[in-house]
Amino acid sequence: MSVIYVLLTISIVVAVIFFMAFIVAVKSGQYDDSYTPSVRMLFEDELVKKKNLDKEIPEEK
Amino acid sequence: MNSCYHCGDDCGNMPFIFDDKDFCCRGCQTVYEIFASHDLSEYYSIQQAAGASPKPVEGKYDFLDNPAISEKLSEFRDTGLQIVNLYIPHIHCSSCIWILENLHQLNTAVKSSVVDFPRKSVRISFNPDVISLKELVVLMSNIGYEPYISLDDYGKRKKSVDRSLIYKLGVAGFAFGNIMFLSFPEYFDLASSKESGGEFWLNQYQSLFRWLMFAFSLPVVFYAGSDYFVSAFKGLRSKILSIDVPIALGVMVLFLRSTFDILFNLGSGFFDSLTGLVFFLLLGRFFQQKTYSYLSFERDYKSYFPIAVTKIGRNDVEETIPVHDIKKGDTLLIRNGELIPVDGIIVRGKTKIDYSFVTGESDPVERESGDKVYAGGKQLSGALEIETLKTVSQSYLTQLWGNSIFSDDKASKFQTLTDSIGKRFTIAVLTIAFVAAAFWLLFDPSKALNVFTAVLIIACPCAIALAAPFTLGNMLRIFGRKKFYLKDTKTIERLASINTAIFDKTGTITTAQKNAASFEGMTLSPLEESLLKNTLRASNHPLSRALYAMLAEHNIMTLDDYQEHLGKGMEGSKGESRIKVGSAEFVGNPYASDILNTAVHVSSNDIYMGRYVFQNCYRQGTAELFSTMAETMDLAILSGDNEGERTQLEQLLPKLTPMYFNQQPAEKLEFIKSLQENGKRVMMVGDGLNDAGALAQSDVGIAISENVNVFSPACDGILEASKFKNLYQYVMASKRAMKIIKMSFVLSLLYNIVGLGFALTGQLQPVVAAILMPLSSISIVVFTTVMTNLIGQKLE
Repeated sequence: MSVIYVLLTISIVVAVIFFMAFIVAVKSGQYDDSYTPSVRMLFEDELVKKKNLDKEIPEEK
Repeated sequence: MNSCYHCGDDCGNMPFIFDDKDFCCRGCQTVYEIFASHDLSEYYSIQQAAGASPKPVEGKYDFLDNPAISEKLSEFRDTGLQIVNLYIPHIHCSSCIWILENLHQLNTAVKSSVVDFPRKSVRISFNPDVISLKELVVLMSNIGYEPYISLDDYGKRKKSVDRSLIYKLGVAGFAFGNIMFLSFPEYFDLASSKESGGEFWLNQYQSLFRWLMFAFSLPVVFYAGSDYFVSAFKGLRSKILSIDVPIALGVMVLFLRSTFDILFNLGSGFFDSLTGLVFFLLLGRFFQQKTYSYLSFERDYKSYFPIAVTKIGRNDVEETIPVHDIKKGDTLLIRNGELIPVDGIIVRGKTKIDYSFVTGESDPVERESGDKVYAGGKQLSGALEIETLKTVSQSYLTQLWGNSIFSDDKASKFQTLTDSIGKRFTIAVLTIAFVAAAFWLLFDPSKALNVFTAVLIIACPCAIALAAPFTLGNMLRIFGRKKFYLKDTKTIERLASINTAIFDKTGTITTAQKNAASFEGMTLSPLEESLLKNTLRASNHPLSRALYAMLAEHNIMTLDDYQEHLGKGMEGSKGESRIKVGSAEFVGNPYASDILNTAVHVSSNDIYMGRYVFQNCYRQGTAELFSTMAETMDLAILSGDNEGERTQLEQLLPKLTPMYFNQQPAEKLEFIKSLQENGKRVMMVGDGLNDAGALAQSDVGIAISENVNVFSPACDGILEASKFKNLYQYVMASKRAMKIIKMSFVLSLLYNIVGLGFALTGQLQPVVAAILMPLSSISIVVFTTVMTNLIGQKLE
């Protein structure tokens, strides 16, 4: 029965995709600094950006 | 008390008020103004009073305008883009991250800035055509985030991070998981085969599953586990039987036997145990590898030295040159507060030089034209011109680093407990395996090979190899939480074995901050004391400020006359009374001079009143620490300072503690060496560059630091000064940790004996190995974690 070959292939391909994702993540330096991103995501950056936009408009006239 | 809105310091009686907020100084107020005008006041709402008051930096960073230096400091440089990675010691909270990552708000030439909090560094990309590196650094200094740039950064390219362990862990984990999946049919279909009528579908594809497992195990054996083979091979070549030998043997036998099994269709092989074993071992390594990335344990003089100095060329032209380019005979200009980079002779100027880093001498010494000055001294007043006598690497201080001890790896000389156990273990396992094989050869030769490999497989010391990494790795973290930062786990083992402790004096058992002074002489009248306090108030000299803080409160009064005589003292008068404070000569009593102690002399209306003698203030709990330590270890004091404190020390320390004064850095190193040659295991506790040699030579070198962000010399561990009194507790805790490891060894030997029971009778089924191996590993991990946490709870 060849269906088991198909299933095995799929399962291994899926596993390998995740494995590649892991390698890419490590390579990009994601695991080098495991603290700063956790703080960075909490910043309210809306406030800064809004004012920034206000300023840029007159400059671009 | 009002605290500064920016830095949180006490604002004193006269705060600067701006925008309804109090500031302690003009600097803090300016930073606030900068932030407020750029819509960055959010800074203050993330974390209150997170700032630092900016220090004046005028001229300090001029060297960054030198294109060669700027180039060497950059990670990348091209037209329109320059990337630098700057170390900023002040980074300590989320506000810091926020403000530094919003640098582009302050200057649009900054393209991006990314903070690495654990390393306390920020990586900035900016346009060098709009803002130069110097301007950028000055901008950051002006907002209180002054980068620390030293000779160490010079020419240091971005270090490639070693991520191989995490890759290997990933590979092993990936293969382990998949092989477990593929083993499921075998687990559920234990004793059956096609012949005996087992599950048809599973049997049909049995060999497919097995060969897939084989394929998954290849990268584990040849990539993830390769370190064990390499280290076992290296060990054998230098005739050391380390714990890696039985591990490598186990892995190899597991792989060969499994391949053999599936090749001849004898069984499913042990691929699950094999990959699980490697995965757990790597996990142990990963856990052990805790690093404090913002601390460096490898620093040498380069971390203290400036990158560039001002050279006075012909025709008095000042130019900035890199320190490495200093030649013999150059004339250098050393400004106030700068470090002298090379040995030289003063050609112009009179100064005080602080050699505390080099010699441990706590008081600055006076030097004038014609005197010799040594590299590493800090110039404290005015401008100084020196003619160099040597180059940087040949100077008195820097020569110390030429000693071979700095290139030796301490860790390689030390045999860990695991390795010494590993040796006996390997011999025992090999003996059992051969004896068992011989036995079966006589009775049932078909089983001999089976038993031989089974013994090697089951005896693979996975649990033993895990005990030390997990115990010590966890201890390292616990110590870290108690502000005792160790370089690696091997340091804990060495710490547990010491029997002699040597202490430096200045900065190690004495504090730099609070000075205590006692008055000797005639009692001052309230009026005189008040006048004295008000005279001191205007002075910036460290001794004046220390004395000022110690005198009782008096009303502030306006002096009729006040004069400060640089390097001598000061005088102040009010009405009829006149007071002079300063050196003995200055106040008119040259005989009162005392070279051993630091003293400030006072005279009132030209009558010598007496002197304030400053004593070094010893750290809290020093006496208790020494008396408890003396019960089990030999102690000694090894100081670069003079004997002025001998009597105080004698009161503080247990009787007959040896004390050595006026020790040069190289003598300290030799002293430690001679102790070690007499079979002592020495812990050196020090703080400055002058202890660097001794710290490197000792079995465990511990640097005491008031502030761990400030640099400490190369060492094995950094202890925060406030925890100094707990040092002995930490030593005892590491001894206890070693006991835990020994207990774990006993526990894992029990597992091995059970496993050997199966192996020797020739009944080792893959499933038994698959259960026994993870079970023993996990129980060891749980046991060590629980036990070390118990130790940790008892620590202060």
